[in-house]
Amino acid sequence: MKGNPIWEVFIRSKNGLEHRHVGSLHAADATMAMENARDVYTRREEGISIWVVESKFITASNPSENGELFEPAKDKAYRHPTFYNLPNELKHI
Amino acid sequence: MEKDNSIKAAAFQARIDAGEKIEPKDWMPEKYRKTHIRQISQHAHSEIVGMLPEGNWITRTPTLRRKVGLLAKVQDEAGHGLYLYSAAETLGISRDELFHQLHTGKAKYSSIFNYPTMSWADIGAVGWLVDGAAIINQVMLTRTSFGPYARAMVRICKEESFHQRQGYEIMLTLCQGSAEQKAMAQDALNRWWWPSLMMFGPRDEESPNTEQSVKWKIKRKTNDELRQQFVDITVPQAEVLGITIPDPDLKWNEERQHYDFGPIDWEEFWQVVKGNGPCNKERLKARNAAWNNGAWVRAAAQAHAEKKTKELSVKVG
Repeated sequence: MKGNPIWEVFIRSKNGLEHRHVGSLHAADATMAMENARDVYTRREEGISIWVVESKFITASNPSENGELFEPAKDKAYRHPTFYNLPNELKHI
Repeated sequence: MEKDNSIKAAAFQARIDAGEKIEPKDWMPEKYRKTHIRQISQHAHSEIVGMLPEGNWITRTPTLRRKVGLLAKVQDEAGHGLYLYSAAETLGISRDELFHQLHTGKAKYSSIFNYPTMSWADIGAVGWLVDGAAIINQVMLTRTSFGPYARAMVRICKEESFHQRQGYEIMLTLCQGSAEQKAMAQDALNRWWWPSLMMFGPRDEESPNTEQSVKWKIKRKTNDELRQQFVDITVPQAEVLGITIPDPDLKWNEERQHYDFGPIDWEEFWQVVKGNGPCNKERLKARNAAWNNGAWVRAAAQAHAEKKTKELSVKVG
């Protein structure tokens, strides 16, 4: 239906945690999207913060391009702590 | 093109075999996509239509406790439908098309919802048996291969357990009440038992899609496996209530470590699936009326949104 786009819904369950994607819904505008998100996704006090974003504003990577997109990190083991050899008797490092 | 597709299909099967989840933008066989659109949307339709037999008793609950419980349950079913429509939409079908399929009878929904709720005890039986059967199927589906479907199942399972407990509490109250109340509970069990067993679908040997569904990890257990699980769990629950399951062949089998149970009337099952159940026409009529009579609400929401956007642009401009 025109003028009833899809919105993606993100909920922060409690302070200290990030917003997580929980699903989507249709609404005519941001206020209705917010109220619908409250009704559909927080019936049991699942969250203390809601973000709604029209799906068209999300840019998603293409899984078929994953190889190329994520290639830079493949050969950089030196970003991991285990790359570095230190004596066993060393503490707190 | 053929060869390219068969290489892709083999790679896809390897991902499934490795236990990987498939997400909406991943390559998938067209049949996998179509099967999911059909299965997820029919699951969604079942939730929405399922609101009707229970909504029937909201105005006539015996106590306020029962009324708030039933209202919350029916509200949850609407929410479950919405989670599932959202999951189906990730596969490239619109909400409008999904509703069109339901309202024109093109799409099916679980045939259990074509039975009437005749007495208050039916609300207890539905929560206990119908939600009980749904839980068994849905817990299995939390491990289904398609990510959005599995995640929707996790949300639904969390909410569904109160549904079954609410129904069982109603049955318990009736069975511990007067002779008439207990008789009403027994009558409801008599009418809902066999249709609940039918919820798990045809027998495995008569279910041609099962093999592919298991291979693609859409189904993690077969119809018969789930049906057996339901019977084994439910028989002791009926014993606690002190009412009798209407199956003279129901008997614990020590060798199998499962309950043996009697033959299901598959003729009844297929008749209801085909549209000849007690309430098929009534359910579709109610859904179409709700959609048509609610058109003004959808139009008003849109008009309101457009008006607000105009006002905003006037202010800014």
